[in-house]
Amino acid sequence: MLNILVCLKQVPDTTEVKLSSSLTLQRDFVAQVMNPADESALELGLKLRDQHGGKVTVITMGPARTETMLREAISRGADEAVQLTDSAFAGADTLVTAQCLKAAVTHLGGFDVILCGRRAVDGETGQVGPMLAAMLDIPCIANMTEAKVEDGKMQALQLTEDGVNTWQTPLPVLLTLCEWSHRLRLPTLMGLKKARSAKVQLFKPADLGITSCGLKASPTRVTKVSSSPVGVRPCKKISLDEVIKALEEGGMLP
Amino acid sequence: MAQIAILERKCNGCGQCASQCPFGAIDMNNGRPELNAACKVCGICVKNCPQKAILKLETKVQSVNKALWKDILVFAEVAGGKLHPVCLELIGKARELAAPLGFQVKAVLVGDGVSAYAEELRHYGVSEIAVYDDPALGFFRADAYTACVEDYIKAVKPSVVLVGATSLGRSLAPRLSTRFHTGLTADCTKLELRENSDLVQIRPAFGGNIMAQIVTTNTRPQFATVRYKVMEAPVREEEAKGEIKIRKIPKGVFESKVTHVSTVPVPAGKSISDAEILVVGGRGLQKESDLDMIRNLAEKLGGDWAVTRPLVEKGWATNDRQIGLSGRTVRPKLIITCGVSGAIQFTSCMNASDHIVAINTDETAPIFDVAHIAIVGDLYQIIPQLIEKLKEDRHEAV
Repeated sequence: MLNILVCLKQVPDTTEVKLSSSLTLQRDFVAQVMNPADESALELGLKLRDQHGGKVTVITMGPARTETMLREAISRGADEAVQLTDSAFAGADTLVTAQCLKAAVTHLGGFDVILCGRRAVDGETGQVGPMLAAMLDIPCIANMTEAKVEDGKMQALQLTEDGVNTWQTPLPVLLTLCEWSHRLRLPTLMGLKKARSAKVQLFKPADLGITSCGLKASPTRVTKVSSSPVGVRPCKKISLDEVIKALEEGGMLP
Repeated sequence: MAQIAILERKCNGCGQCASQCPFGAIDMNNGRPELNAACKVCGICVKNCPQKAILKLETKVQSVNKALWKDILVFAEVAGGKLHPVCLELIGKARELAAPLGFQVKAVLVGDGVSAYAEELRHYGVSEIAVYDDPALGFFRADAYTACVEDYIKAVKPSVVLVGATSLGRSLAPRLSTRFHTGLTADCTKLELRENSDLVQIRPAFGGNIMAQIVTTNTRPQFATVRYKVMEAPVREEEAKGEIKIRKIPKGVFESKVTHVSTVPVPAGKSISDAEILVVGGRGLQKESDLDMIRNLAEKLGGDWAVTRPLVEKGWATNDRQIGLSGRTVRPKLIITCGVSGAIQFTSCMNASDHIVAINTDETAPIFDVAHIAIVGDLYQIIPQLIEKLKEDRHEAV
């Protein structure tokens, strides 16, 4: 029996993001989706539960609208859902987000396996998972694709620049999953039914004994935001022959 | 410390704050804006509010004594039997940052047999190289490596700690910053050091659509990761300087719970980050086999091929071929993009290439804002012609 926690983040579908003429982001039509790497984490969690029994709890911290994502996770097979939402959580950086998740994990009595996406497509920091592991003082294997539990031990395949590592750790353990490593199963009819009626457990800071969170507890501060990171080059639009000539002149062709 | 306050009596409920917030952190509730947990206190709503009904309130908080934290520490990663070039790039950047404040640059090596690399680091202008060399540190394990670097940080109290954003660095840095309960900023593309030693960290956020400036204002050290090929590599100096300090810590301290089972190295072949010439296929490609054309052109040019994220999502190529925020950063001499529209997630990771040639049918595609030269047209016509041309040239040369 495995008690599994999957950390989810709701992110804007970045493939749809557009800048308006005033260089602000047009968000009105941007769909909110489950972070792709988190989908893989959820699927791995469901597979491990199917093999070993136990249950899969999904958790997220974010605005109230993230409830739809949690219900979607239930429709695809998750057993329970936990939501951390309150304006006091606003402005949390990665460290404080991990702290709040840690408080929730402790409050819920701990887990054998905690699964996260290796990074979210909006922030792209990939920090919350490893930080949560550090705070819980449990091993963390990042960037992994496959995992199995045998004799109470986790064996996981990790992708790095240099190759594929296989690691073995005792439980509890935290793993961060590469995107597209496990394709998330579709919702079932039963799941959809369950998702409609399921109770999402709601936590506010005080419920978890958190006295300081959100921006005021965060060590990092966003001091400025600008919308046009890449300078515009005066690009020469020329014909194929001219391109070849330019490349030759630049010594760019073999 | 700051927070956002909405003045109800000034607000006319126009909703502009909600529609323009990049984080979707403002919900309209009965015609009134309400802040939710997604707020990053970026202040965009303050600027956008036509009624000036939104304020950013600053309050004073307790800060560490910044004068006690000096110098810049670079984590020197060893990968594949050599110093990872990103750590040399970081040393170069660190020296540039350190000079105006009179800081020194130090490096720390952790691993099995890593003493051998300390001598090489002496040629890059660091003042001190700490070495944790032990057979038990043979494979990277975040818990064990964290214990070593933590030991050295406690000993020398650096103001800034720079770590390469490799898969190793991405595991190490969060674990380390957690120990010191301080800020960590990932994938910085620009770094500046203020007179008060605050590190100004600039990084793409929100899929690269915005650039965020992030400062760790009240705690030290300030952790930042930087990707390979983002900073310039420094020149190796003939003269060797810098003191090597072999440091020992009790074995139990860095014992890991994780056991290494096996490693299968990536099949030989260079990383796209190391290629001097790259041909990139994007969403303009209609089917998987069309990648052959990209590969063919790359081969003719003596370069390597790469893709954008949509192609990885379709399963046409693996992640190690992907350029972009969720892939690799590249800086080749020549890069030819074929059917790539130029989403900022992509361009921010190849923008520093020496020559950028873009092929795209859409004249208004953002790729043309970063390209040096461009061909507006159909890649299915242009690439075969380009390949033909290259063949001809070669015949002439023979």
